[in-house]
Amino acid sequence: MSTPTHTSAPAPAGVLNLHGLSVDGVNQCVHCGLCLAYCPTFSELGTEMDSPRGRIFTIKSLAEGRMSLTDSVAQHLSLCLDCRACETVCPAGVPYGRLIEAAKVEIERQQPGALPRRLFRWLNFGLLLGHPRLLRLAAAGARLYQTSGLQQLVRRSGLVKLLPGTLPAWEALLPSVPSKAERTPPPRTTLADGPRRARVAMLTGCIQAVVFGAHNRATARVLARNGCDVLVPEGQRCCGALNAHGGDHARALAMARQTIDAFEAVAADFVIVNVSGCGAHMKAYGHLLADDPAYAERAKRFAATVRDLAEFLAQEPLRGPLQPVTMTCTYHDPCHVVHGQKIKSEPRRLLAQIPGLRLVELPESDWCCGSAGIYNLTQPEMATRLLHRKVGHVLETSAEAVVTANPGCILQIQAGLGAHQSPVRVLHLVEILDRAYGGGE
Amino acid sequence: MATLTDSRKRELRRELETIVGPDAVLSDPDELLVYESDGLTLFRALADFVVFPTSTEHVSAVVKLANRERLPFVARGAGTGLSGGCLPAEGGVVISLMRMNRVLEVDYDNQLAVVEPGLVNLHLSWKVGPRGYYYAPDPSSQQACTIGGNIANNSGGPHTLKYGVTTNHVLGLQVVMPDGEIVWLGGRTRDAQGYDLAGVFVGSEGTFGIATKIVVRILKKPQAVKTVLAVFDQIDRASAAVSAVIARGLVPAAMEMIDHLTIQAVEDAFNCGYPRDADAALLIELDGLAVGMEGQLERIVEACRDAGARETRTAKSESERQLLWKGRKSAFGAYGRVSPAYMVMDGVIPRTKLPYVLSRVNEIVAAHGLRVGNVFHAGDGNLHPNILYDPRKPGEEERVVAAGAEIMKVCAEVGGSISGEHGIGLEKSDFMPFIFSAADLTLMQRLKNAFNPTGLCNPGKIFPTKKSCVEVGPVAYRPHAIEEKGLAQRF
Ligand SMILES: Cc1cc2nc3c(=O)[nH]c(=O)nc-3n(C[C@H](O)[C@H](O)[C@H](O)COP(=O)(O)OP(=O)(O)OC[C@H]3O[C@@H](n4cnc5c(N)ncnc54)[C@H](O)[C@@H]3O)c2cc1C
Ligand code: SF4
Ligand code: SF4
Repeated sequence: MSTPTHTSAPAPAGVLNLHGLSVDGVNQCVHCGLCLAYCPTFSELGTEMDSPRGRIFTIKSLAEGRMSLTDSVAQHLSLCLDCRACETVCPAGVPYGRLIEAAKVEIERQQPGALPRRLFRWLNFGLLLGHPRLLRLAAAGARLYQTSGLQQLVRRSGLVKLLPGTLPAWEALLPSVPSKAERTPPPRTTLADGPRRARVAMLTGCIQAVVFGAHNRATARVLARNGCDVLVPEGQRCCGALNAHGGDHARALAMARQTIDAFEAVAADFVIVNVSGCGAHMKAYGHLLADDPAYAERAKRFAATVRDLAEFLAQEPLRGPLQPVTMTCTYHDPCHVVHGQKIKSEPRRLLAQIPGLRLVELPESDWCCGSAGIYNLTQPEMATRLLHRKVGHVLETSAEAVVTANPGCILQIQAGLGAHQSPVRVLHLVEILDRAYGGGE
Repeated sequence: MATLTDSRKRELRRELETIVGPDAVLSDPDELLVYESDGLTLFRALADFVVFPTSTEHVSAVVKLANRERLPFVARGAGTGLSGGCLPAEGGVVISLMRMNRVLEVDYDNQLAVVEPGLVNLHLSWKVGPRGYYYAPDPSSQQACTIGGNIANNSGGPHTLKYGVTTNHVLGLQVVMPDGEIVWLGGRTRDAQGYDLAGVFVGSEGTFGIATKIVVRILKKPQAVKTVLAVFDQIDRASAAVSAVIARGLVPAAMEMIDHLTIQAVEDAFNCGYPRDADAALLIELDGLAVGMEGQLERIVEACRDAGARETRTAKSESERQLLWKGRKSAFGAYGRVSPAYMVMDGVIPRTKLPYVLSRVNEIVAAHGLRVGNVFHAGDGNLHPNILYDPRKPGEEERVVAAGAEIMKVCAEVGGSISGEHGIGLEKSDFMPFIFSAADLTLMQRLKNAFNPTGLCNPGKIFPTKKSCVEVGPVAYRPHAIEEKGLAQRF
């Protein structure tokens, strides 16, 4: 019997990269495994390829040429939620998010996939997200589909089962699109109430603007009540986060430049974001555009002004008067707030200031709910497993509402609770704050 | 052992699938590659299959199949081991226990829990925590490592100083023996009748079979806890303080040393509150009854000051305490901040020899042109020199191995041992003759043969292979020294 070999590691020279994108960060991983039990996909499957350590090893092996990007390798990497729970616990500081994004670009380059998938990507990443007007048109179409009874017909007739691939999952998750009035954006300018604290610019988001226009208007009101002049820059489009997470690097770069242009035009002190993925992504513009001489410096400066809504508000006590909001709530941490931006105590500190509100902790509050950008569309099976886990924990608490801070999580958890016929509601943090200020429309 | 042909592999895969299910067998080369090592990347080996059983019966059936095919097999937990223990022989079956991770029963009245082997150590404490209990063995990897892996390596942790190692907390085990038979060793009480076979199994590093259910003790959380950080400008003074505390008859629950380089790494990682300019720090914890604790704390602080501590500070809140521990427990991983790889050594020495051995370690590592970070269970004299290196630099791995061997020799020379808690595994098998005579090794070999006569269960571990002074595999009977003296007899 041969004993296991003690071989020397391959020693490729220079910076490790995948098709020009650096993945040198893999060398920071010392293979300790301390991240394993915090990774949702590893916890569900127990397979090393679906763990942070395994994925980093895979990316390293790809860059070193020890592995090639087979379908199975691509599948294990694609199953990553990009939730970054591993980044939070990793003592070695492995920049995991950057590594997986580079890997996803490589997957898209080598395996563009079958026609329906490519069409879907082009439609979403290329067309809708980049063109607010088209997105609004699509929203109108979706609303028609939902309100005309067509959706019910498709679902009841079983036609939905005939849709190819993961389309049934997409259909099920299609958010109910509110009416046009509810989709109205906040005013271009809202002036501060009381002594002025800052001049801020708001990202209204792409999908957020369509599905949760009310949150944007509430955000503007709450910021104004806390001393901000709130501007909504014209010409802002999608920030490119979904493109970057989906491996669509070129468009992500273009969208980042466009976003910087739009916000520089209003010269605000801070850029306030109420969508978790967008905030985390915009804070990383400096890294994203580091190789673009025209934008590198501007991107860094811009990124330094980006603040998550809770992060910004929690710097000072909420300005009163606050009305009681009598209910028991629990808080779900969106991944790209808690792991992507390391913001954990701030939303809780804000909620604690609201009279009448009782906050109970949610077990595994910082675990991904399975929404993860468009993950619930591309990996419906794992997304559903994680959603069940999340909903199970919510139901263990005595909460009447789950508060969170990201539209994707809201839709996902709502869908999960709906499937349990649970009366528990899902609210954006800003809705609660707005209510405490007597807001509402 | 002959390598399997592709078609034979396909047949065996199908057979394994009928046992554990189609989504519970890996045989794709890229997937197997991810399993090539554990927490010690210096050693690598590829299996033919990785399987994910979900029941004792699955494990037994897989083991029987491996026996029929004469394929080596090895259990794997989380793969945080630091001695290559869960690596396959080239080829064979890795049996991953990660899908057997339930808490089967908690009996609070009798203070015990029955768990599956893939349960993460810390998750047991989470489970029983709300009722005021915890699982005492706390390896620094407890957030990831499994109880099964802990059993195999008889793992310790910072609180071993007061509470003992894993074996002191295991009551009984269900084991799939190396031939596939299912047996129970020990039971649910502390003094099971007959030979203490559970005690024999704990620490056998996966060579005596595969644990599939484990009965462990759970303890009531201590009434009070005090944590103090003593800061030193010279590491020798910290070493002296360790002896001074023990010499005064004080028994802290934990007493951990963390040196200058390691402080930089953990501060970079989590800003835990260790002073960056210190040469070394001791993290000392007291727990137990609240009565008298203040007095004990004062005496510990006094001992540290007398030994030359520049400063001592007591954690003022639970969160401050947690943060200090987070730094200590993340130290190995945090070396990633200062080096692309490290090899951790695991020597045990008499406490009084600490200053001498630490300076020898520094000399040896420097002579090989490498750097070392020290973070360890000082109260137990359980050293962890971490040799930092870059696997991309030609020749560095060889120098690390050479330096490691010299350090092990020093530990043995001062009357210590070559492993405190990480196990012998692959890494230290050739160092066994440093501390065991040929006769000792033969006795151990015979014990192994009693459990694992075919040698298929986790082969190639523990016993020296190269330059070896004992044979591998079943050995012919030779009377052991203790038999010759009439102290024991063969039956
Ligand atoms: C950052 C870090 C810190 C650490 N700190 C400590 C520490 O403080 N104290 C300490 O003692 N160790 C420590 N270790 C080492 C390691 O975590 C322990 O040895 C741990 O017990 C291994 O558990 P595992 O689940 O990862 O097992 P693996 O690495 O997967 O396996 C270890 C051994 O157990 C065997 N095994 C696994 N499951 C079973 C089973 N069910 N039945 C029989 N055999 C089985 C394997 O065959 C192998 O021989 C540390 C490791 C790291 C990376
Ligand atoms: S990613 Fe970090 S925590 Fe995970 S194995 Fe690598 S170094 Fe350890
Ligand atoms: S990002 Fe999330 S899913 Fe991906 S490896 Fe890290 S913890 Fe796992």
